[in-house]
Amino acid sequence: MVSENTLEKLKVLANAAKYDVSCASSGTKRSNVSGGIGNAAAWGICHSFAEDGRCISLLKIMLTNYCIYDCAYCINRKSNDVPRASFSPEEIVELTIEFYRRNYIEGLFLSSGVLKNPDFTMERLVAVAKKLRTEHRYNGYIHLKTIPGASQALVHEAGLWADRLSVNIEIPTENNLKILAPEKDFKSVLEPMKTIASHILESKEERQKYRKAPLFSPAGQSTQLIIGATPDTDKTILKLASALYTRRDLKRVYYSGYIPVNSYDNRLPALSSPPLQREHRLYQADWLLRFYGFKTDEIVNDENPNLDLELDPKVMYALRNPWLFPIDVNKADPQMLLRIPGIGTRSVQLILLARKHTRLNASHLQKMGVVMKRARYFITCNELPMRGSVQDLKPEVVRQLLVEKQTLAPDGAVQLNLFQPTMPALR
Amino acid sequence: MHVFSFDNTFEGLLTLVFESYRLKITPDEIVGPTGSQPFLFASTTTITTDDAKAERVWKGIVAHSSEENAHRAYRVFLSELPGVPLLLYRFIRVIIDSPTNQETNFAEPSVLEVHKIHQKVCREAQRTAMFVRFQKTAEGNYYASFAPQYNVLPLCIPHFRDRFADQQWIIYDLKRNFGFYYDLKEVTRVVFDDLKVNPQNGQLHSSIQSADEKLFQQLWKQYFKSIAIRERKNDKVHRQFLPRRFWKYLPEKT
Ligand code: SF4
Repeated sequence: MVSENTLEKLKVLANAAKYDVSCASSGTKRSNVSGGIGNAAAWGICHSFAEDGRCISLLKIMLTNYCIYDCAYCINRKSNDVPRASFSPEEIVELTIEFYRRNYIEGLFLSSGVLKNPDFTMERLVAVAKKLRTEHRYNGYIHLKTIPGASQALVHEAGLWADRLSVNIEIPTENNLKILAPEKDFKSVLEPMKTIASHILESKEERQKYRKAPLFSPAGQSTQLIIGATPDTDKTILKLASALYTRRDLKRVYYSGYIPVNSYDNRLPALSSPPLQREHRLYQADWLLRFYGFKTDEIVNDENPNLDLELDPKVMYALRNPWLFPIDVNKADPQMLLRIPGIGTRSVQLILLARKHTRLNASHLQKMGVVMKRARYFITCNELPMRGSVQDLKPEVVRQLLVEKQTLAPDGAVQLNLFQPTMPALR
Repeated sequence: MHVFSFDNTFEGLLTLVFESYRLKITPDEIVGPTGSQPFLFASTTTITTDDAKAERVWKGIVAHSSEENAHRAYRVFLSELPGVPLLLYRFIRVIIDSPTNQETNFAEPSVLEVHKIHQKVCREAQRTAMFVRFQKTAEGNYYASFAPQYNVLPLCIPHFRDRFADQQWIIYDLKRNFGFYYDLKEVTRVVFDDLKVNPQNGQLHSSIQSADEKLFQQLWKQYFKSIAIRERKNDKVHRQFLPRRFWKYLPEKT
């Protein structure tokens, strides 16, 4: 079935899918059942890295890039003259299985342009997932992107086969969404999210009663926001993200720096290059919200509605709140340790364990991966107050020192730690 | 100066620790079995591996710290790095000699060093799970060539067995010339003398590759190419995450 012709289609449809940034395959642990193929490792394996440095974990592909809609930010919009192609569900299934058996991928991330109507399209997506699970006893990862406007019944069925569902919001405010994607509104994305969230919850409760109750999208749901296509501030974006995490119980919000694919459309800003640094800062802020116990308004607020591009949000928090520092590394509780610039989650773990044995000094900290050239302004250790804390020096001076250090030793990894299996550099 | 020599196995090293307690001698240097090391003025004690003695030391590590810590020592041993036998010797002594569990005392140099090497070994094992690439054989089995920096293949076998439970596979370490073969029931260690593999890229000879193998490699290459966003091209990061030493066996990079 797969042939030379498949190669051409793959080219078109991978190309069409590449702007969706979510790459994670983590979040489920699906062990191999009944001698079938595959499992989903909880840590989410990257199998390669594309030339843009992003992790390749899934076969990220569109079923078709024909679309009846005309969203301004999308390369596949109806009015664009681009090469178009469609796969049959069988072709996608075969590609997935063959790639999986060769250890190229963790699984499939399938989306689609809208053919005829949302339900018609959604049915085909569901068919692929169902075939994989039933005909091929495939236990690898499946992420389906639900089509806005698809029926609740189809969304429900999708969740029975998939590990993760996503509904992309794309544009952070409803007004701007309506300007850029007239066929869409917030309801068409937030409603399915709500349906998915409640099914996930139900399934979890059911499974506490009966261990064999069906799973529903066990790796949760995610969404994507496009950054820089509209004038929305980081505050708006992070408030929305934080509401999605708490009220819709999302697993991940992805941020995608807008790439001017349709520069002719004057509803969109003219950008010379995608806002990658801003995107990076948003991921860092997101990380602070989810794993470091920060609240949104500690990171962005009315005085500072946008993230600083020069310094990361954790340093910025420390500089805005100098009275909290310096922090005694040998005494402070874990929450406070996590707020020290230059100390990441891993170092905090090491510090907590090691300080039970020994009183820690600067050289211990350095060996444990603390970035002393940042942390030094914010800590004391082993009773010796280090001279020159942020209190003595004043935040403006420390800011200057930190910015200069960065330019002296550019942190090459910056953009990118995001796509690492582990976590961004928030030290 | 005391030199101990052992057979370069982990059991050998554990036996060595046992003997050092028994003889009340602390080695200044630990060497492999070749005996050619230039320690002219040193007295060399040759250790004969003894599973029972090794077992007692293993249990000692577990009792004084944890099961995980004993496994940690084993994984660090697989790094095959120079100086590791002596480091592990010191590490095990620190663990066993202390009445309290020292495995997280990172202010102790040997504990910290073991921890660091352990991370490197685990990283390499992860990368094995990431970058091993199977080729389908004419008989419908799956074969992969690999050459990890550390001897981590044994650590990855449970992962591959679970994931590829319904296909027969071989993963072969070309650098150390051994591999593992899974026959749908169990995994066995294998050594081949007449492997029909191109050492340049790990590819099977085309006479024993399945007819569609080249096509799927081509499809994967095309996918790899198409999925990158040109506007975000970043060679530095690309190479940081996908170090050059792995390229050789990756269809997408050859
Ligand atoms: S519906 Fe999706 S594929 Fe179609 S134009 Fe909008 S974003 Fe693009």
